[in-house]
Amino acid sequence: MIVGAIAFYLFAGMIIASAVMVIAARNPVHSVLFLILSFFNASGLFVLLGAEFLAMILVIVYVGAVAVLFLFVVMMLNINFVELRQGFLQYLPIGGLVGLILLIELFFVIAAGITDPEVVALASAPIPPLSDLTNTEALGQLIYTRYVYLFQTAGMVLLVAMVGAIVLTLRQREGVRKQSIARQVARTREESIEIKTVTPGSGI
Amino acid sequence: MASLWQGYALPGIIILLQILAVMLPVMISVAFLVYFERKTLAAMTLRRGPNVVGPFGVLQSFADFIKVFFKETIIPTGANKVVFLAAPILTFVLAMIAWAVIPFSEKLVVADINVGVLYLFAISSLGVYGVVMAGWASNSRYAFLGALRSAAQMVSYEVSIGFVIVTVLLVAGSMNLNDIVEAQRTIWFAIPLLPMFVIFFISALAETNRHPFDLPEAESELVAGFQVEYSAVPFVLFFLGEYANMMLMSALTVILFLGGWLPPFDVAPFTWLPAPFWLIGKIIVLLFVFIWVRATFPRYRYDQLMRLGWKVFLPASLLWVVLTAGVLVTFDWLPA
Repeated sequence: MIVGAIAFYLFAGMIIASAVMVIAARNPVHSVLFLILSFFNASGLFVLLGAEFLAMILVIVYVGAVAVLFLFVVMMLNINFVELRQGFLQYLPIGGLVGLILLIELFFVIAAGITDPEVVALASAPIPPLSDLTNTEALGQLIYTRYVYLFQTAGMVLLVAMVGAIVLTLRQREGVRKQSIARQVARTREESIEIKTVTPGSGI
Repeated sequence: MASLWQGYALPGIIILLQILAVMLPVMISVAFLVYFERKTLAAMTLRRGPNVVGPFGVLQSFADFIKVFFKETIIPTGANKVVFLAAPILTFVLAMIAWAVIPFSEKLVVADINVGVLYLFAISSLGVYGVVMAGWASNSRYAFLGALRSAAQMVSYEVSIGFVIVTVLLVAGSMNLNDIVEAQRTIWFAIPLLPMFVIFFISALAETNRHPFDLPEAESELVAGFQVEYSAVPFVLFFLGEYANMMLMSALTVILFLGGWLPPFDVAPFTWLPAPFWLIGKIIVLLFVFIWVRATFPRYRYDQLMRLGWKVFLPASLLWVVLTAGVLVTFDWLPA
């Protein structure tokens, strides 16, 4: 028990500390690295909860893919953070407002989740017994039966976002010579080589 | 006090010993892998290879290691010191912790967790950070270009590796590595899923930055890519990490497709040998293929590499996931 508690406070403390460092670090690349550290510790918390599938997916999706691209962009942009800091006071009111709204919403969610009997029943009902299922199977059964429409809708939203991003950034440039693999492979000896008999001293 | 000893200290010591029992052989076999690679490449290009230190030059890697170990660790003035030193450590640690879930036999595994495949996939997807951090922290154009190439390359090939793993999971019906090996008792997955096996192996080459996909460290254009500024011990850590990753990807290929620690045929002369022998033997065969590819193929051009990843492997593996699922459902072959 004690080790479990120590591990929990270690991971939780690390999440908070690295989350603070994300906004406090001077160097944007360090910020991203701290963000990755906090993702990592969050997956540690999932393992402590016995949700090892979610823990691994968190690492694969957020750390292994999303944060890599994040780091990629931040490294490429070469942001001057001192310049960015100058607008701090100017953006403080609107940023604070957004933060406040999020905080209030969070309180509502938690309050409803604890007190409203209807919501509590909704949350606890469909969980299959964990003793005879691994949590991957349990999650799969839940997502693909009860929440299948919501899950598919979420997938469609992401697909639309992806297609939108591609459409926005794709531009057809003219005059660019591209390699046509099919044409290269389809080339035959007859159309690419011509053998001429050259008589000595005359040239072609 | 006695319960503390029974409950925590004793299991802790046993786990530490288990970790050592896996880590030390992995690190030593890296030395022999380097020797094996140099000898094989030499034989393929009609040279003699290392032949001075020890009988047939077997101890060459150890001599190299001692030499590099006593060199000066140079940190460039413009480098970001902490990240610069963290990158090789990260690479090395990731290459080592992944071995925790590799089953050497039915019982011989440090951590028999039920999301073993996902764990390995997560660890291998983290490998890119070592490279990217090294490239950025070095504050050098060559290193940075190498890091950028590597980031794009590893993310691209991870997608198809993910789909290949999904196919194997569909057929095996479990994410536990031992269960996946057991599911191959009747037939190795390499035979029914041959295209996926090929895709996985080629993606593994790209994921470990090996030839013909070693663009992050292409010596003819980027000198040594992300490793340019590294010397002495940090360089050794990168080196150990890269070769340990090579062995790891081979081990993963063996477990997913070549029956892991199972003997090729379940009959008398094959079953006499212990299970770890088969796993290690298969890993060595795959490592030979890694080196063979290096000696045979020219390096890919970067746009060809990206084309192969996104326009060939991704649609092909996606198609096979759907096809496999369809076949399994149609013939009612889904594992329980």
